[in-house]
Amino acid sequence: MFYVFKRILAVIPVLGIVAVIVFLLLHLSPGDPAALIAGDTASSDDVERVRQLLGLNRPLHEQFFSWLWRLLQGDMGVSVFTGLPVTKMIGQRIEPTLWLTFLTITFAVVFAVPIGIIAAWKAGTWIDRALMALAVLSFSLPVFLIGYLFIFGFSIKLAWLPVQGFRSISEGFVPFITHLILPAVSGGLVYMALIARMTRTTMLEVLGEDYIRTARARGVGNQRLLLHHALKNAAVPIVTTIGLGIALLLGGVIITESVFAIPGIGRLTVDSVLRHDYPVIQGIVLVVAAVYVFINLAIDLLYTVLDPRIRY
Amino acid sequence: MTLTLAQIESRVDMEGRRPWWSFLRRHPLLVIGGGLLVIMALVALAAPWIAPHNPVDMNVLQRLKAPSAAHLFGTDAMGRDVFSRVLWGGRVSLIVGISVSLLATSIGVLIGMVAGFSRMADALVMRVMDGMMAIPGILLAVAMMALMRASIETVVIAIAVPEIPRVVRLVRSLVLVIREQPYVQAAEAIGTRFHWVLLRHVLPNAVAPLIVQGTFISASAVLFEAYLSFLGAGTPPEIPSWGNMMAEGRAVVQLAFNIILFPGIFLGLTVLSINLLGDGLRDMLDPKIARRL
Repeated sequence: MFYVFKRILAVIPVLGIVAVIVFLLLHLSPGDPAALIAGDTASSDDVERVRQLLGLNRPLHEQFFSWLWRLLQGDMGVSVFTGLPVTKMIGQRIEPTLWLTFLTITFAVVFAVPIGIIAAWKAGTWIDRALMALAVLSFSLPVFLIGYLFIFGFSIKLAWLPVQGFRSISEGFVPFITHLILPAVSGGLVYMALIARMTRTTMLEVLGEDYIRTARARGVGNQRLLLHHALKNAAVPIVTTIGLGIALLLGGVIITESVFAIPGIGRLTVDSVLRHDYPVIQGIVLVVAAVYVFINLAIDLLYTVLDPRIRY
Repeated sequence: MTLTLAQIESRVDMEGRRPWWSFLRRHPLLVIGGGLLVIMALVALAAPWIAPHNPVDMNVLQRLKAPSAAHLFGTDAMGRDVFSRVLWGGRVSLIVGISVSLLATSIGVLIGMVAGFSRMADALVMRVMDGMMAIPGILLAVAMMALMRASIETVVIAIAVPEIPRVVRLVRSLVLVIREQPYVQAAEAIGTRFHWVLLRHVLPNAVAPLIVQGTFISASAVLFEAYLSFLGAGTPPEIPSWGNMMAEGRAVVQLAFNIILFPGIFLGLTVLSINLLGDGLRDMLDPKIARRL
C-alpha cells in the first residue's frame, strides 16, 4: 500500500517538470516573446499591453511562482486573442477530443492484440508476414493521407458516412458515431500497428518458454494455451506499450481533428498557433501532459492486478 | 564432429565468396528500404533538372487541372504543377530528415553520456526527460513553433527537441551496461583518461544502436515536418513541401483529390522506406534482437 502511495506521489515531479518546460519555452525563445505574440502588425503600445498582460516585465522567478500559484488554483490565465480564460476555452472544446481519444484507443486495442497474437502464433508464415507488413505500412502512412483517403472513398464516392464535423452524443447515437468512426480508425492505425508489433514480440518470447512446452505436452489446446498461458504472461509489456503510446495517439488526434474538422482541442491548438496565442497553447500542453501522466499512473497500478508478482 | 583444418579453411573461404545477391536474401528489408530511399533521395536532389515546370509559377488559366501529359499529377488551386512541386518538396523532407536525426542524436548522446556517468546529474536529467516525454512530440513541436519565426531551421529545432529524450534514454542505458564491462574497467584501472575511455571504448559500442535509432528518428522527422506544415505551423507556405501542399489541397479536397494524394503517396513511400531501412539495419547490426523478432 505504501508503494502505491509512493507511485501516486511520483506524478508530482513529472507534472512539475512539464510546467517548468512550458514556462521556460516562452522565455528561451529567440527574440522578444511579447512582440512575437502581439504579431507583426502590432504597435509598440500593443506589444507593451501584451507584456503587461503576461507579466513579462517582472523578474523571471517572480513570474514563475506567481504563474505556478495561479495554476495550482486552476487559473491558466487568459487568451491574448479572445480575452477569455484559458480553462474556459479548453473546457468548451474538450468533449469531442475525449470521445475521439476514447474511441481511437478502443478501436486500436481491440484489433491490435488479436492481430499480434495471430502473427506470433503463425510466426514465419505468410499470415505473419502480411500482418506485419500491414503494421509497418500503417506506421509509415501519414495520418492525414489515411484520413483523406477514407473521406474520399467512404464519404465522397460511396456517400456512406458524413464528410466532416462532429455531433454530440446528446444529438443521438447514430449521428455521433457515424461522424467519429472514420477519424477514430484513421488516427488509430498507427497506434494499432505499434501495439500489434509489441504484442507479437512479447508473445513470441513467452511462447518460447519451457512452461509453454510443458503445457503443450500436457495436451492443452491452442486457444487456452495462447489466451490463458501465454497472453497472461505477456500482458505487462503490452499494457506498458499501450500506455506509452498514448503520447503518439494524442498527437495523432490533433491531426485527425484538423482533417475531419472536429472542433476539439486539436483545432484549438491550430487556431492558437496561428494567432501566436501562447497562454492557450501552454494550457493545452499542460492538460494533455496531465492526461498522459494519469493514464500511465492508472496502468502502473494495474500491473499489480495483471501480475501478482509485481509488488509496489 | 571434428573438422580438419582444410575443411575449416574451405568454409571460411565460402563465407568470403558469397555471391552478391545473397546479401539481398539475408537482408531483404535493408535492400528494399535502402534502394527505395536512394531513389527518392536522387529524385529530390535532381528536382531542378527533372521538374518540367517551375514549382512556384502560378497560372490562373490552368487551375485545378486533372492529371494529363502536360501536368503529370495535375495542377493545384493556383495553377502550379503538382508533379514539380512534389519533386521539390522531397528536398525539404530530405533536409529535415537528415538534420533532425543528426541534431537530436548528437545532443542526446552528450546528455545521455553525462547521465550515464554522473549519478548526481542522472536523477535530474532523467526527471527532465520524463517530463518531456509526457508531452506528445507534435504538441511540443507546435508549441515551439508558436514562439519562433517559421523557417526550415526552426522547424528542424522544433522537431529535434522532442526526439532528444529517446536518444538520452538509449545512450544512458548503453553506458550503464558498457561501463561495467571488464575492458572498460581495465582501461580505467590502468589510468586511461576519462574522455579517452568514452571516445575509445564506450562510443564505438554505442554506434550500432544509435544508427538504428537515428534512422527511426529521421522517419518520424519527415512525418512531423509534414504534420507541422499541414497544421500551418511548419515550413513557410511559400516553400513547396509535402505538408504545405496537402494543407493547401484541403480546401479543394472534393474537387481535386490529386493535390492531396500525390504528395501523400510520396511522403508515405519515403517514411516507409526509412522505416524498412531501420528494421533491416537493426536485424543486421543486432542479431540478438533480430533472432527474437
